[in-house]
Amino acid sequence: MKVRKDYLEALEKLKSDVLRMGELAKAAAKNAIDALVNHDKELAVRLLEENSVIDRMEFEIENQCMRLLALQQPMAIDLRTIETSLKIITDFDRISDLAGDIAEIVIQIADQPYAKPLIDIPRISEISQGMLADCLEAFATHRIEKLEDFSARDDIVDALFGQIRRELVAIMIENPRAITSASHLIFIGLHQERIADHACNIAGRIIYMVTGERRKLG
Amino acid sequence: MSKIETIGLSVYYGDGTVCGLKAVNITIEANKITALIGPSGCGKTTFLRALNRMNELKGAQTKGKVLIDGIDIYNGKVDVIQLRKRIGMVFQQPNPFPMSIYDNVAYGPRIHGQRNENLGTIVEESLKKAALWDEVKDRLDENALGFSGGQQQRLCIARALAVNPEIILFDEPCSALDPVSTARIEELLTELKQEYTIVIVTHNMQQAARVSDCTAFFLMGELIEYGKTSQIFERPKDKRTEDYITGRFG
Repeated sequence: MKVRKDYLEALEKLKSDVLRMGELAKAAAKNAIDALVNHDKELAVRLLEENSVIDRMEFEIENQCMRLLALQQPMAIDLRTIETSLKIITDFDRISDLAGDIAEIVIQIADQPYAKPLIDIPRISEISQGMLADCLEAFATHRIEKLEDFSARDDIVDALFGQIRRELVAIMIENPRAITSASHLIFIGLHQERIADHACNIAGRIIYMVTGERRKLG
Repeated sequence: MSKIETIGLSVYYGDGTVCGLKAVNITIEANKITALIGPSGCGKTTFLRALNRMNELKGAQTKGKVLIDGIDIYNGKVDVIQLRKRIGMVFQQPNPFPMSIYDNVAYGPRIHGQRNENLGTIVEESLKKAALWDEVKDRLDENALGFSGGQQQRLCIARALAVNPEIILFDEPCSALDPVSTARIEELLTELKQEYTIVIVTHNMQQAARVSDCTAFFLMGELIEYGKTSQIFERPKDKRTEDYITGRFG
């Protein structure tokens, strides 16, 4: 016999809201790079406007977690789900903030030619988008197989960012007039690399939620 | 160090066809609080009562072994009166005798032959250990039934302590108490475990989580999972334990 109907419904709502916030953060990260690649200032502006939705969701989800903790005394997988939710919404918020930082740079540089063709930044984006998608799937399904190689994927992101930085530094040395544009791209690369780090944090938390084992990835 | 060990402990009721407990194997550590949890009828109280042979008062048949300090209490040579002196019990409803506080606590020692001149010290020490002395020291000759439920329950604990037991069994000791009295009993339990081995049946999962060192989950007469309380409540291994403690069935 199933009992605690209201409690279980509240837990399901929490999980679905966390997933929705995660989807929004993932979309913000993708839109930021799409705006960069397509010199699309409008998309960048829209992204910044929509970030307030993610901020509000963070508070709302925190409130849901506090209510569940205070009123329902959750245990075991439920307790781990709530702890994980509280932790990963901070990562989602940071991802959307980093996407916002990229969007602000795009608004500044979209009208000019970039210091170099965009090759590795979209690659990083593709990898981190895959990592975020796998996190959200694992949170929803409790299947964590796809999270196992996150450290390796994060290493690739770090290597790509290192490559971007080296290339852009070389460009700046050769052509001091490209310094502003190149440094903007370095920051975008750095923000992208941080997004992958947040994906690793989220994956580690989801592994804990599912298995009870605390692991540090990336 | 293990204090209690059961080996294949089964208990049957009625004509022997109703199985209340199925081949339970468990080792309970000394000076720890072990909580027994599970839905009504799961066997946790039957298990508790098997530890001081209370089930046989209801005509139940017991199979398997219950070793206390390595000696099987069902081996036929054990004196049940002495056994119950070593293994005290506190029940769900406070059940003081209709007599004074002093006589309640002195009752057990008197039966076991303590001389009157020692009783005053035993009563005082027992009431102090049960965190009741300061509240009743000037009213020792008052009838116990005039005290609050929480005080009566602590009196029952003092009464159990007075015969100097090694193990104390608690059968839902707080279920009839208000939150403040419950908190006092819980605090008392953690103090008592320094000297005694404690086994507690509770329906209150938060209480089990708060006070116990180890937790055993019973279901339909079977011991499903037993482990450290933090592990049981954070990372239970068995799906049935998880379903129960998260309230998915009950």
